[in-house]
Amino acid sequence: MELILSAGIGALTASGVYLLLRPRTYQVIIGLSLLSYAVNLFIFGMGRLRVNAPPVLDPAGAGDLASYTDPVPQALVLTAIVIGFAMTALFLVVLLASRGFTGTDHVDGREQRHD
Amino acid sequence: MTDWLQHLLILPVLLPLAVGAALIPIDERNRMLKGLFGFGSTLIVFIVAMILMRIAANAGSPQGTGIYPLGNWPAPFGIVLVLDRLSALMLCLTAGLALAAQVYSMARWHTAGHHFHSLFQLLIAGLNGAFLTGDIFNLFVFFEMMLAASYGLLLHGSGPMRVKAGLHYIAINLAASSLFLIGVSLIYGVTGTLNMAELAAKLATLAPDNRQFVETGAAILGIAFLVKAGMWPLSFWLPPAYAAATPPVAAVFAILTKVGIYVIVRLHFLVFGAAAGASAGFGQDWLVVGGMLTIAFGAIGVLASQAMGRLAGYSVLVSSGTLLAAIGLGHAGMLAGAFFYLVSSTLTISAFFLLIELVDRGRDAGADVLAVTMEAYGDFDEDEEEEEVGVAIPGTMAVLGLCFCLCAVLLSGLPPLSGFVAKFAILRGLFDMPGADLSAAMSAADWAYVVLLILSGLAAMIAMNRIGIRTFWASIEGTVPRVFVIEITPVVVLLAACIFLSLQAGPAMRYMQATADDLLNPLFQSERVLSAPRAGGQ
Repeated sequence: MELILSAGIGALTASGVYLLLRPRTYQVIIGLSLLSYAVNLFIFGMGRLRVNAPPVLDPAGAGDLASYTDPVPQALVLTAIVIGFAMTALFLVVLLASRGFTGTDHVDGREQRHD
Repeated sequence: MTDWLQHLLILPVLLPLAVGAALIPIDERNRMLKGLFGFGSTLIVFIVAMILMRIAANAGSPQGTGIYPLGNWPAPFGIVLVLDRLSALMLCLTAGLALAAQVYSMARWHTAGHHFHSLFQLLIAGLNGAFLTGDIFNLFVFFEMMLAASYGLLLHGSGPMRVKAGLHYIAINLAASSLFLIGVSLIYGVTGTLNMAELAAKLATLAPDNRQFVETGAAILGIAFLVKAGMWPLSFWLPPAYAAATPPVAAVFAILTKVGIYVIVRLHFLVFGAAAGASAGFGQDWLVVGGMLTIAFGAIGVLASQAMGRLAGYSVLVSSGTLLAAIGLGHAGMLAGAFFYLVSSTLTISAFFLLIELVDRGRDAGADVLAVTMEAYGDFDEDEEEEEVGVAIPGTMAVLGLCFCLCAVLLSGLPPLSGFVAKFAILRGLFDMPGADLSAAMSAADWAYVVLLILSGLAAMIAMNRIGIRTFWASIEGTVPRVFVIEITPVVVLLAACIFLSLQAGPAMRYMQATADDLLNPLFQSERVLSAPRAGGQ
């Protein structure tokens, strides 16, 4: 399970960084999204991977702490997801505005010359 | 301390947040009303910040003073707001700049787009929160709040230039936020805490394997803040973005880079201070090298700038670099000077950003380019006849020119104003070593810093002279700019604050020295936070 998660985070980060460095605004925004998925998974992983361990206390009684997982990273992930989502939406609007002003989807607002 | 005073600490976050939200439904046609509400809110925050500064300054204090546990959860479990001299100072500076920018915007700039005053209030709330919080994840939330508002403000007024600069600014900051999160979660994963004070206490007793992880996390976290602070080579986004922003926005952006520096100061001294065991002084060398490269890059940029907006942008970089390198060199005596420099340079750059647009109104667009090219290729119109001897200088131009001169003196650090006092204090802290033999006590990095600090002042002076001469002494047919009183007043007030700072340099330096002493004694700070009692006396 650890291997799959770390490979997943690695693949997401690598493709995110690659796309972030591409010249089209759409690639940049997809890159940022992938990067934020990778980050969210990473935060989640920092609470250690546990199976069948809920983060919420059982109302019947606390029991022993070993049967629960750390709830803090999960709370952090929620916050990070919400903020990341809002920022992506905002970036999308700016992207469209830039497209409208310059007529191109290049990040510098003009096509690169190849001559 | 009474209950009422206790709750004062949350006001600088809560009030702008509430006012910012309340202003959204008000129709845009009532801009003046919105502006006045916003101004009132900022004014109250300014007064509160003053009171908090008094409280912080009198801290020969009982324990728990200036610690605000949110939701009344005690420190390591809940989020705390922490007031000390440094955060109080930053609160005051923010509110002061915001007041000036807000008054300035009410002349005409707030008509350039929607929801200017709401965004402005949210920016202030985010800034204040970032200065006050004692929890690194909460810091992330306030940081994002501040950034979100700053995206909106940078795009205020729209237009291709601003959208292009905004696109780059947002992309860079989103990537930096990802790094922030990775750093925070890595630190949490190892130490199991997000509270800065507890983190500092835990770091001293960390196993060597885990220490590596924490240091990696801190380094990643540091990069996120250095992007914000504009350290070379993470700073190429900054001059275009600041030059493209509307003047009141650029003026308040002058403090955004200082947020990055503030957090680095905070974490550097609290978490990696002398008490951190094997991790003490982690990353110092990077700050020194990066800071000095930033000064060099900024100074070259200042010399090469053809427009005043970019000149101001590069001055921001010089200021950041000076501070980062001063923190990295880590001599106890320099810190107080560095804080003085922080206040003085922020006020100056902010005033300069406001002034630029006023001056630019009266001149032809090509004059800046001419100023640089003429220097390179010689002055072509030298034998032009000087017939206009004795023409009266229009009053507006006289005021603008005077303000410009003050900015030039402050930026280049010439006596007698606060720019000089600040640089002198930094250098004095550097030279004033306990070792008897100066040449042995000072390392090569120290000398390089001295040289760069002085050369950057020279670069600023050359650039400002060049542009000033072309603007104010040239006999161009440019019209005298129409300037409203409420536009020039904030500039004058900000510069007056600098003059006041120069006159009151003694008390101000004592405050800065006390701030530096606080920081150099991090254990006291973390104990203060962790042992703070809950309200209601349990």
